[in-house]
Amino acid sequence: MTATISRTARVGAVRQTAAMSRRSIMALVRQPALIIPSITFPLFFAALGTSSFGRATGLPGFPKVDSFLDFSLAGTIVQGVLFGSVQSGSALATDIENGFFYRLLASPTSRLGILLGRLMGAAAYGAAQTAFFTALLIPFGLHVKSGVPGAIVMLVSGGLTAIAVGGFMAAMALRTGSSEAVQGVFPLVFIALFFSSAFFPRQTMSGAYRHIANVNPISYLIEGLRDLCITGFSASACAKALLVPAGMMVVSFALALRSLARRVAAQ
Amino acid sequence: MTVTHLSALRSSRALSARGMRNMRRLPSTFIPTLAMPIFQAIAFSGTFFAITKLPGFPTDRSINWYLPLAVVMGSAFAGVGLGFTTIRDIETGFFDRLRMSPTPRSALIVGPLVMTWVRTVIVVTMVMVIGFAFGARLTSGVVGLGCLYLASIGLATVSAGWGLGIAYRFRDMRGAAIMQLTLFLVMFLSSAQTPLFVMSGWLHGVARVNPATNVLRLSRQGFLGDVTWNGVWGGVLALAGGSLLTLTFAYRGLRGLERD
Repeated sequence: MTATISRTARVGAVRQTAAMSRRSIMALVRQPALIIPSITFPLFFAALGTSSFGRATGLPGFPKVDSFLDFSLAGTIVQGVLFGSVQSGSALATDIENGFFYRLLASPTSRLGILLGRLMGAAAYGAAQTAFFTALLIPFGLHVKSGVPGAIVMLVSGGLTAIAVGGFMAAMALRTGSSEAVQGVFPLVFIALFFSSAFFPRQTMSGAYRHIANVNPISYLIEGLRDLCITGFSASACAKALLVPAGMMVVSFALALRSLARRVAAQ
Repeated sequence: MTVTHLSALRSSRALSARGMRNMRRLPSTFIPTLAMPIFQAIAFSGTFFAITKLPGFPTDRSINWYLPLAVVMGSAFAGVGLGFTTIRDIETGFFDRLRMSPTPRSALIVGPLVMTWVRTVIVVTMVMVIGFAFGARLTSGVVGLGCLYLASIGLATVSAGWGLGIAYRFRDMRGAAIMQLTLFLVMFLSSAQTPLFVMSGWLHGVARVNPATNVLRLSRQGFLGDVTWNGVWGGVLALAGGSLLTLTFAYRGLRGLERD
């Protein structure tokens, strides 16, 4: 009897999480204005970088690449996913502001489902962005050396990164309950991206800037994705592309869960 | 000087003083204008440090290339900040009160514009001090520094005119995105990141005819060698023409607002 109830509860939680994920994806589909910046800006920077820094690929320390576009794909993906994930955190904060979150709490919905649903929606969007950027840049000369297996790893990595960053943003949203505060974190995300190897290789940097890029986990995530694109399929590239966001995800999810528990307790 | 001129002068001074007070009372509106160029100067010169090693690059210090870009970008955003303030005044109804008062219409543009210049000078000076601390060096003394201030104040004027014109037409925060995005595009589709000879493909063609390239050339005069007339005149012309166009755009927008 107890086992049946527990199984029913589990099935219910999965269904609720799926419904919440669907809701967060539909919100993005219905309001394209929310996603346009996270698609156009990374593409703009990729186009700009390819024309501006094309000659830089011959500099000492620069990895051997066919074109700057191949080099810049990883930065483009991570940039897009970071921007998109800020949006998912902001949507959760909006739910808190307009009271929808409290209506969910008042219903017999799984608490975890509220958070997981939002993050799964972010993961789907992150993977879709990765696929979109890659497909769109191929006609412009992009060549993914690791082929289809590498592209699949990149999609998974995009999804994991979205959950990882979305988790930090969700923690912020649950802690503050303000979409403005979540948007206010955006410059920090941008700084984290710039102080990494997103736009240029770490080997070409110097001094304190290089030290920061060396300890920034985003550098390693990007280098994993980049190796898949410019070098080919390898265990080390896959490990960096998957384990770095997975590690970040564990930390951010724990933070988000703690913030959720606090908000539920305060209710 | 006629009574009308005196009145316009007095109103402009009062509106400019109001802007300065707002800057002190609402630092949240000013701090991003200051923080952004500082971040940009440090981030760009750190990230693209190696670009200076390309044969023929005009400097071996990346901060000498990217600091003027950050400074003029900061000035441009200080200029469009005037558009944001105006939108806020329109939304709160303060602008309607100004329009109903016997304030000369020119003062509604000139007063806040003077405040923008003061704001720009503060931003340029503070960013320059930080830039020097991070290794930037002048190569042609005070004249070169003067070129940077000229480019910054000129671009702040152009972007203020643009911001005001958009604010008078849109009258709500939808206009803010347009102001920022256009400015961002115009600035980056130029020699912002690399000199023209380093670029390839479509960007080279766009940057060559983009007046922002001339403005950036003017701003970098003091950091890449000697100040030359060839490096100055294009920027001065672009700023004069741009200011005339955008201030006319603002004035016509104000007249349109009056008519509605």
